[in-house]
Amino acid sequence: MLADKDRIFQNLYGLHDWGLEGARKRGGWDGTKGFIEKGRDWIIEQIKASGLRGRGGAGFPTGLKWSFMPKQSDSRPSYLVVNADESEPGTCKDREIMRHDPHLLIEGCLLAGCAMGANAGYIYIRGEYIREREHLQAAIDQAYEAKLIGKNNIHGFDFDLYLHHGAGAYICGEETALLESLEGKKGMPRLKPPFPANVGLYGCPSTVANVESIAVAPDILRRGAAWFAGFGRPNNLGVKLFCISGHVNKPCNVEEAMSVPFRELIEKHAGGVRGGWDNLLAVIPGGSSVPLVPAAQIIDCPMDFDALKDLKSGLGTAAVIVMDKSTDIVRAIARISYFYKHESCGQCTPCREGTGWMWRVLTRMAEGTAARREIDLLLDVANQVEGHTICALGDAAAWPVQGLIRHFRGEIERRIDEYSAKSRHEPVAVAAE
Amino acid sequence: MTKLIVDGKEIDVPPDYTLLQACEAAGAEIPRFCFHERLSIAGNCRMCLVEVKGSPKPIASCAWGVRDCRPGPNGEPPVVNTKTPMVKKAREGVMEFLLINHPLDCPICDQGGECDLQDQAMTYGVDSSRYAENKRAVEDKYIGPLVKTIMTRCIHCTRCIRFATEIAGVPELGAIGRGEDMEITTYLEHAMTSELQSNVVDLCPVGALTSKPYAFQARPWELIKTESIDVMDAVGSNIRVDTRGREVLRILPRLNEEINEEWISDKTRHVADGLRTQRLDQPYVRERGRLRPATWSEAFAAIAKRVNALRSKEIGAIVGDVASVEEVYALKDLMTRLGSPHIDCRQDGPAIDPSLGRAGYLFNATIAGIDEADGIMIIGANPRKEAPILNARIRKRWRTGDLKIGVIGEKADLTYAYTYLGAGPETLATFVKHDRAKLKKQIWLIGQSALARPDGQAVLSMFAKAAISVGGLADGWNGFSMLHTAASRVGALDLGAVPGKGGLDAAGMAKEDALEVLFLLGADEIEVEKGAFVVYIGTHGDRGAHRADVILPGAAYTEKSAIYVNTEGRPQLANRAAFPPGEAREDWAILRALSDPLGAKLPYDSLADLRRTMISAFPHLGKLGEIEHADPAAIEKLAKLGGKTDKAAFASAVRDFYLTNPIARASAVMAECSALAAGRPRQAAE
Repeated sequence: MLADKDRIFQNLYGLHDWGLEGARKRGGWDGTKGFIEKGRDWIIEQIKASGLRGRGGAGFPTGLKWSFMPKQSDSRPSYLVVNADESEPGTCKDREIMRHDPHLLIEGCLLAGCAMGANAGYIYIRGEYIREREHLQAAIDQAYEAKLIGKNNIHGFDFDLYLHHGAGAYICGEETALLESLEGKKGMPRLKPPFPANVGLYGCPSTVANVESIAVAPDILRRGAAWFAGFGRPNNLGVKLFCISGHVNKPCNVEEAMSVPFRELIEKHAGGVRGGWDNLLAVIPGGSSVPLVPAAQIIDCPMDFDALKDLKSGLGTAAVIVMDKSTDIVRAIARISYFYKHESCGQCTPCREGTGWMWRVLTRMAEGTAARREIDLLLDVANQVEGHTICALGDAAAWPVQGLIRHFRGEIERRIDEYSAKSRHEPVAVAAE
Repeated sequence: MTKLIVDGKEIDVPPDYTLLQACEAAGAEIPRFCFHERLSIAGNCRMCLVEVKGSPKPIASCAWGVRDCRPGPNGEPPVVNTKTPMVKKAREGVMEFLLINHPLDCPICDQGGECDLQDQAMTYGVDSSRYAENKRAVEDKYIGPLVKTIMTRCIHCTRCIRFATEIAGVPELGAIGRGEDMEITTYLEHAMTSELQSNVVDLCPVGALTSKPYAFQARPWELIKTESIDVMDAVGSNIRVDTRGREVLRILPRLNEEINEEWISDKTRHVADGLRTQRLDQPYVRERGRLRPATWSEAFAAIAKRVNALRSKEIGAIVGDVASVEEVYALKDLMTRLGSPHIDCRQDGPAIDPSLGRAGYLFNATIAGIDEADGIMIIGANPRKEAPILNARIRKRWRTGDLKIGVIGEKADLTYAYTYLGAGPETLATFVKHDRAKLKKQIWLIGQSALARPDGQAVLSMFAKAAISVGGLADGWNGFSMLHTAASRVGALDLGAVPGKGGLDAAGMAKEDALEVLFLLGADEIEVEKGAFVVYIGTHGDRGAHRADVILPGAAYTEKSAIYVNTEGRPQLANRAAFPPGEAREDWAILRALSDPLGAKLPYDSLADLRRTMISAFPHLGKLGEIEHADPAAIEKLAKLGGKTDKAAFASAVRDFYLTNPIARASAVMAECSALAAGRPRQAAE
């Protein structure tokens, strides 16, 4: 179990002052000037050495991503964009950072901005996050007042930070849709290439990063890359916020070392599975978009990118959704499917048409009013959506369905058989003459 | 150049090509719906997926650049496959998705037979549907009198949105809703206001946007397609006229990169119903104040009686706006043989003198030349109304950046940003002694309204001076560009259809008792006062026919083989798509037949004869499709004319875009568009 001294987010539960004073007491804004004086290359080296992988879901190495930004400006400015549009069902880590430890994020923005040569940063916050926005805006104002950021600040690197409030669309959490929305357009993903590091916000080089990836950066620099790299298995280093929800005794957010075994994570922090380990049915380990993993496979699995990938799932945002045997698993996935149908932007064909199709078939399967051959049809449709779309929402919609069929095909078949076995005495429809 | 292996075939393409272009260069066919050469890349239909070696996912070839492809580990060229099972499966998948919510109403769909979705479903789709749920239904939207919507058929390719935003410059279409609830609409369901809006019908790959006036009229395979030239403005857009029997059912654009690319204006397209109504189908003779139907010989006799009783000088002719060069040549020839100097093709009265040289009245910069221009000065013109296609070309150039546009005259919405310099000749005068601008390829565009005024010649001279002093003329570049509004004008000026020595101009001829006999060759834009015996040769019962004493029914532009010269000076051949109604005849033949009883027999018995004679006198008219560049010395001559300008502001030559000629005025569709544009309420026909 991670020792308290190794926690980055010491005010995760909001027990202390979230403001500047409190942040300073917890070590925030300490030595920031020194890091900036060491230069952008040093910062990127440190982040690379720490092995930090992006916390937004895809797990792309953060230091590498920052290093893509142009070293020499071609007269265009560079921008840092922070993705605070945390909408993945099950995920609730960024909101805790923004309302309880906003200064870590602001300090991280300054350092990331310095590492990228970006003198301006935009935080795109989810529409439903009202309190979070109020706290974050207040914290930004405090930082401006204390001359920690802004023009001619005490750190010697001009940096402006703007907070933009979204309107609550899931798709705006996709990095290029976020940029479109930030520019005032309809939130629809852009085609890649060009990637944002080339042509991003307002056509300028930009990097879009998750709140957590940015907020851990100051502590990595303060405590050293080696400290951060001391947690977790190789290639899956560091500490991470886990959001545990579902059928556990004490759902919670907790900071843990990467690669912590699932059993330990649940036992130590969430008070165990409701009804004991034997009652565990399946787990969605990384937010609604990753395929579920059945109990037997996950119980002793280390919670990290590679181990979960081997189980054909993923760590995603580390939003662990635990489901016990009382769960109607088909209905649960049908509900997730509805979410993706509802949030598809409608731009490209497979996702626009496929998400609705999958949801409709799954809804029937949940009731049993489907045919057995439709299971293969559904899998085929999911495969046709996956990888054929502009952004990853198509994949995100397909994976839960694929996971369900992979692991619970028997359950779907049982339901269909049960339904068709029931003798129904429905009047035969006769056409009106 | 970049090397690429497409389906095992090595090709060399420029690095700025997209994969789709590269695949086509290699001869592979790539299906697509959202991709269009002239619109921005949306990449949303996903039909053009191809396999690129090294990528686990298929790639949308329309949006992937050749330079984005990574070479193989040992530097081999990137390998692209368009025929592998992966690609086939991907296309089938996308096609299935497109079809699950597309209604199976092809038998009642106007797009049937020329539908991209139909064709590609045949080629790339599977034979049966696996979709058992209900199909989505979408409410139809009102977007104007020209475009009919059946939105359930929409496949959300967004071509129409991109056209309206990018080409037309009137961003009135958009998508609301998201996911499968996404709908294309003008949101408030108001009519689109662009003069190019009907092009979305051609762009729409399915039957969601179809032509409203053409709805349920015909099937494409029933139509006879004739390539022709438009006469609604002086641009000379290339069109295809679709006829069934003797009726023109619709007009479509034809590709010509140098003129209209692949767009046409709404007037060009929807004037077709005007070709059927108000037509003059037999000769008329006025007796005791009333027109009565007559035979050709009666009509000719009535004319001959008047003409043969005259002294020669008192006979004149005015050429209308849609006359072809053949009939103008015949008319001029006839007038010369009758010994009259009174002939004029400038019925709206612009001060153009063709004797100074051809460069003085052409759009010398050429329409394709707009693409190269770095500065455009628009004087006394509203190109959006006078030549929407040319305006779209300016907008296209403007969108690529680094183009300075100045306007002197009417301050109108031209769909692009410009610097408004002033309203009248006083502003133009400030450029006469202006420093040479740094811009290399300037276009000085002058409209007819700046010339059709008492000080027209002085304005033209001042314009020429300004164009020369600011640098509109350079080595290999002639930026002096006159924008005409009449399709017949340049051809008639080339033929010298202007008053001879002592001759009256159009306004002079129309004055009360100015002449004894006046021929109007489709001239309907001029009010002929009382006195003269008027012979009207034309197609429609419009202003000229009402004034006429004898009406000789002629053929419209779709009903004759004729040459028209556009504003650039480019002669183009319009082919006959249908026959003139009733007893109407081709205009040159009417003039030839009439010349005999008038005692001035024209020496050609066939159109070929006439053309041969005409081309030997004016060789450039024989070079169809080519521009014979004019000698810029004419512009120097113009500059030397001088004259005194007054202070009146320039206006636009076109007041009502939809009603500029007799054919358009006879069209119910154009009348509705005109009423809508003027903000008048729509009225049901009784």
